[in-house]
Parts: sequence; structure tokens; C-alpha cells
Amino acid sequence: MKELLILGAGTSGTMMANHLRKALPKKEWNLTIVDQEETHYYQPGFLFLPFDLYKSKDVKKKIEKFIPKGVHLIQEKIDRIDKDNDIVVLKNKDLLKYDILIIATGTNIAPQEIEGMLGEHWHKSVFDFYTYEGAKNLRNKLRTWEGGKLVVHISEMPIKCPVAPLEFAFLADSYFINKGMRDKVDITFVTPMSGAFTKPKATEALEYLLEQKNIKVIPDFNIEHVDGENKKIVDYAEEEVEYDLLVTVPTNMGDDMIERSGFGDELNYVPTDKNTLQTTVKDNIFAIGDATNLPASKAGSVAHFEAEILTENIKRYIEGKELKKEFDGHSNCFIETGHGKALLIDFNYTQEPVKGTFPFPGVGPLSLLKETHMNHMGKLAFKWIYWNMLIKGKHIPFVSAKMDTAGKQIKETIN
Amino acid sequence: MVIEKTYGELCVTCNEQGYLTDLNQWTKEVGTEIAKEEGIEMTDKHWEVVNYLQDQCRKEVPLSIRKVGKSGVVSIKEFYQLFPKGPLKISSRIAGIPKPVSCI
Repeated sequence: MKELLILGAGTSGTMMANHLRKALPKKEWNLTIVDQEETHYYQPGFLFLPFDLYKSKDVKKKIEKFIPKGVHLIQEKIDRIDKDNDIVVLKNKDLLKYDILIIATGTNIAPQEIEGMLGEHWHKSVFDFYTYEGAKNLRNKLRTWEGGKLVVHISEMPIKCPVAPLEFAFLADSYFINKGMRDKVDITFVTPMSGAFTKPKATEALEYLLEQKNIKVIPDFNIEHVDGENKKIVDYAEEEVEYDLLVTVPTNMGDDMIERSGFGDELNYVPTDKNTLQTTVKDNIFAIGDATNLPASKAGSVAHFEAEILTENIKRYIEGKELKKEFDGHSNCFIETGHGKALLIDFNYTQEPVKGTFPFPGVGPLSLLKETHMNHMGKLAFKWIYWNMLIKGKHIPFVSAKMDTAGKQIKETIN
Repeated sequence: MVIEKTYGELCVTCNEQGYLTDLNQWTKEVGTEIAKEEGIEMTDKHWEVVNYLQDQCRKEVPLSIRKVGKSGVVSIKEFYQLFPKGPLKISSRIAGIPKPVSCI
């Protein structure tokens, strides 16, 4: 028997377990998946939790519910990968020998990377919403908050789901209008990028949203430290932004286990071929999703498209065939803009998001780079698709792993 | 949209935001002229940073302020002193590599 081992049972790992159990013969391949958690979180829901739009039960389910029969689930912490001996060492000292390894250990927030971010004020006046605890504590805070300066902030790129902070600002506008207290809240969006939107077509199509929602943008802000006592954030150019409530996306980093294993870049991301998903660490080690250093969005949608190509490449690797260089960086995301509307974007490594229709060219029903109620319905429907189709490895009809250019208003694109 | 710009003797293609669309068209003279537009007079240290950025870009390594700060070429503080206000954005333009962008 041969052993295929998956590290991490989040979005990517669970999808791979489902795909591969179907793809690999049970008589030849044992499949094992390791995760320290017992809960699988629907991470896109963390955006809705703070505004009481989702309840806890919408975003939490048992991990084991999504691991298919014939895949062995081990719930234990991972100590490190011993790549030279093809062994994974668990925290309880158990050794797992593998023939093929898939790293799907994801991305975590690392607030300790920013001086002063953690402290007595953490989850009191400074919050993240990229963890279940952060999103839930922020919900409790918002329920009783009386208003003031709300600063929505990105510490540094790359982050998991780059548009979520902007969506947070849009939903906050909606939330405070609905509570009848929008006049008591200043919303400021602080980003290390050159603006809230950085690509030409998106800037052209969406810049109006910020003005319409009265959201002030402070660009090119690279945080140096948080001054929790005086409630302000300070950047390397000594610019200061005051807050009463800071909603920040801390530095995002790959798992510490990657560092303990002796590979990974300065943010613990695994060096991975951007077209084949084989790591450059060793031929029998592959990586998927936000654990990789791919220059693509660290989003579940990207992982979903990667999973189809990685499954094919694992089969090819076993058969000794050349790997397909097929992954094109395809990503597809709904962006909530508040008041029951949303945008949809579809793009890849080289094609920036443009206007058009999706998934059927000229028909839709979804509109690209345009605010519609239908797109919002799509985002809500996506929760069902996630739990019932996506992580179970079922193909989503009409949406291909490689980006389709039909139905898009593409002229000349320079990134 | 692609725009043609002349720097000294050389004609290069840029995007709407003034970033070179092809690193192969870059010369030190082009870099010097773009730096002037950004109000920066280039020193050896500036060029060292620019060379590092180009090298990373050719290797397709995504760049960030942290990455530059850990490169051993400059600290983040020094990076700000060399290219004040948006150092990565400005140094990338001088280096002839794409502007750091998010997905929209």
C-alpha cells in the first residue's frame, strides 16, 4: 500500500481528500488527513458575523462531517515535516510515513508581528475579523458601540481575501444606517496599497462607491506600530491615524510548522510552482491554497480551481507523466457592497477584473464588476454551495478551473 | 491602454499609471529620468534597491515592504528615507517593474 498524506482539513485539504478518494484506487492508496481543529469554519461568513447577518451556526460545522469514507482523519498538532525521510512528525511524537504529501495548512493572522497590536486593548478596541473569535467579539462590541472613529485597516499584503476589508467598510456603512446612527460614525479605510482599488478597470468602475458611502481612504500607509493607549496607528513615515474602534487585518502568515520544517519564505509560505502546484521543496510534496507562495489571491475560490488541477497532477505524478502547467491563477469572488447588493469579479494571473456577464456570455445572470441585487443573492447562495458542493469536491456547473474570456469586456489589459 | 514615453534618447511603453510594461526596455537612463519625475535623485543605495527589486521580479517573487526590509539591502526605515511616501510603489516605477497591486 502507498500512502498519501494531506496536512490541514480546511477548505483546500477537505476538497483534496474528497477529490483524491474518488481518483485513487482504494486497494493501492491509503489516504490520511491531519488537522488539530475539530471545527471546519466557513471563513467567508466571518464577514457577516460582526453585523449579525450570520449566526455562529452558519459558519461552524464538525470537520469529520466532510471527510469522506476511506480517508483516515487524525486530529493532532503537526510538529514538522522531515522531507529528507518522507515523514511527518506529529506533536504526540507519532510518525507518519508518506509517498506523496499535500500541504494545505493555510494562513493565520499574526498580530504579534506588529508592535503594540496585541495587549489589553486586543478584542476590546482593536479587533480582527479573520478568526471566529475575532468576528464574534467584534459582533458583541458593535451591538453596544455608540459611535466614533471606525478605522478599517490592512497591515500588509498579502492577506487572505484581499477585498474582505473593503467589504467590511461597505457593510459597516449599511449597518450603521440601519441602526440610525450613521451620523455618529466616521469610517476610514487605511491601506498599504496605493488606494482602495489598485487596478485600472476596477478603479474606474467602483471608485464612486467610496464617495457614495462616505468612506475616507488613507493609502500608502505601512503600519509601524499600534499605540493602544492613545488609540492611534502610526506608519513608517510617522503618519498617524486616530481611532475609537480599530478593525484591522493583521499580518497574515503561513503555519509555524512550515518554519519548523526548514522551508517556506519570510512569511512561512511554501515555495510552489504557480502552474503545476508542485512545491520546489521536493518532487513528492505538493501545496494548495493559501499555504502556497503563489502570486494569486489567498481565497477559497482560488483553492477550488487549484484542487481540480492538483488532482489531475497527482494522478500524472503517480503515473510518471509530465505535470500539466494548467493553473492560471483563476479567481472568482463576490464582493458585498451593502444594502443588499454585491459585485462579482472573475480574473486570473494576467487578466484584471473587467465588466461583463457570468457564467453565460451575454446572458448572466450575474454581472461582472457591477453592483446588483442578483450578485448579492449569489453570495448568499454560495454558503449552501460551499457546505454541500465545494468542499465535497462536486463540480460547480458552468464554472471552469481555467478562466473563460467569453462574456468579458476585454480590450487591452496591462497589470 | 499603453502609452509611449520618451526618456532621453529612448522610447518606452508604459501603462496609464506610468509603469513600464516591459522590463527589457529599462535602462539606467530611463530609471534616472523616472526618478526625476518622482522628485528623487538617485544614489548608489537607490540603485542597489532597484537592482534587488528587478532581480526578484525576474524570479517572479511577489514583493512587499517586509520582503525588502528583510532583504539585507535596506531596512524599512531606510527604504522610506530613500523613497519617501509609498516606497515600494515609487521604487517599482523607477525599477521598471509592475506596480504592486491587489486583486481589484
